Amino acid sequence: MSGAVSSYGTRHLQAFFGALGRLTRAPLATLLTLIVIGVALALPAGLALVVNNLRLATGDLSNAVDFTVHFKLGTPIERVEQLAKNARERSGVDSVTVTTADQALAEFKEASGFGDALAALEDNPLPHHLTVRPARNASGPTEVESLRRYFAAFPEVEIVQLDLDWVRRLHTLLDLLKRSLWVVMTVLGLGVLAVIGNTIRLEIQHRRAEIEVTKLVGGSNAFVRRPFLYTGLFYGLGGALLAALIVMGGLAYLDQAVRELSAQYGGSYRMIGLGPEGTGMLAGVGAVLGWLGALISTGRHLRQIQPRA
Amino acid sequence: MIVFDNVAKRYPNGREALAGVSFTIQPGEFVFLTGRSGAGKSSVLKLIALLERPTRGTVTVGGQNTGKLRSSKIPAYRRAIGVVFQDHKLLLDRPIYDNVALPLVVAGTPLREVDRRVRAALDQVGLLGRERSSPTELSVGEQQRVGIARAVISKPRLLIADEPTGNLDPGLAVDVMRVFRRFQEVGVTVIVASHDPHLVEQFAQREIVLDGGRVTADTLHARAAARMTAVAPKLADLPNIDLRT
Repeated sequence: MSGAVSSYGTRHLQAFFGALGRLTRAPLATLLTLIVIGVALALPAGLALVVNNLRLATGDLSNAVDFTVHFKLGTPIERVEQLAKNARERSGVDSVTVTTADQALAEFKEASGFGDALAALEDNPLPHHLTVRPARNASGPTEVESLRRYFAAFPEVEIVQLDLDWVRRLHTLLDLLKRSLWVVMTVLGLGVLAVIGNTIRLEIQHRRAEIEVTKLVGGSNAFVRRPFLYTGLFYGLGGALLAALIVMGGLAYLDQAVRELSAQYGGSYRMIGLGPEGTGMLAGVGAVLGWLGALISTGRHLRQIQPRA
Repeated sequence: MIVFDNVAKRYPNGREALAGVSFTIQPGEFVFLTGRSGAGKSSVLKLIALLERPTRGTVTVGGQNTGKLRSSKIPAYRRAIGVVFQDHKLLLDRPIYDNVALPLVVAGTPLREVDRRVRAALDQVGLLGRERSSPTELSVGEQQRVGIARAVISKPRLLIADEPTGNLDPGLAVDVMRVFRRFQEVGVTVIVASHDPHLVEQFAQREIVLDGGRVTADTLHARAAARMTAVAPKLADLPNIDLRT
């Protein structure tokens, strides 16, 4: 048993180092292939990173679907607090913030610049209100509309202020962005498969005689296929690491400009890079694509070489 | 033991290479397959090496009906047989060492063992010391001997050769046949396809003549017959072809 395992390991090591050796013996061809794969992987990775940075820079767009529940004048604050408490227990609600009429007036005075004029008022004309933030998984137009109806049904509620059209537009925009990302990832992923598949096809053609002889002396299809799978894996992995370098380089180039733009808006935002997790994920995707491209190519082209079995 | 039972082979282009061939080869025999070009000699060898499957009939090698052998078992079957090709089928971009080591490499043999057996095989064919040479630096006869070393390195119980001396001058052809004879003397079954009457006369113990895909003669040569009688007890003790490796 241990002999069989050792033999299996030996064959894998031979295929591993054999594939690595072939790539290093043709450095220019290898580099050119890696660049093509790297660029193809860098585009979706870069786009995903930009989307992620936009999400973080805009506070995750979490406040984009907040809405306000205004109560009728004279509604006791205890009743408002009670409704807020009940609402917090509902699914689909992330948070409910109570703003009393006094707090609202104070905020308005400060924000509007009409502090002195407002001080002349005998009564506070502003009502108590709630600021409701739907949960992230319940921020679609249907769920938000359902929440609006819930609050509007209470007799103490004067008006629920919600721009449903904006919610719809926002969701359409996010959906569009998400779909675009998937389209780009799919198309370029297929591109990587095609590049690696074609590279392996050429390699198989180049080594046709060797494959034929190997099979004649008892090499199994798995034995013949193995070095090509490693080659695909190395291409995918190397291309992904190159893509990570390209993305990081692009990020470093943009970071200064983003910081300046952020500073002009009173912020101090810095671009977030791939990080170890993102780099690992990119490397994993690259490796899988490389392996898959090689698997498809070998499955198709090795069958054409006699003997088949 | 190799048994061909009413074997026919028709290729996809419609050519019928074999039409009802039957014979039995005992372990340790040295058999020549002879006949004109297109008689079916290569087809017989291809069926034994499982490079082709019969259209009809059964081919049994070492007790195994090759027609029923699953695809996944074929590589191991081939590793149990040594095959020498007329055109050598050497990898010209690899040194002799790598060419000879290939059957052991595909079998996952430990490197130290590979090294020992490559040197032993090259020694048997008189090429020890040329491990690092390229096949292109060798003469045609030497290239054929590299092919033989590769064929025997896995210690097969069966060695088949398709026109192994076709490209060699008479002197070299005799040398190659002597190498085969040495393997036969240690119990390896040797089957050689050849249309060279001089070699057959000089080396054949048994000759199966093919013509138009049929066996037209199956002759045990007198000198060989005496020899076979002398070694019969030894042959009877020989193990069958082991396909388990």
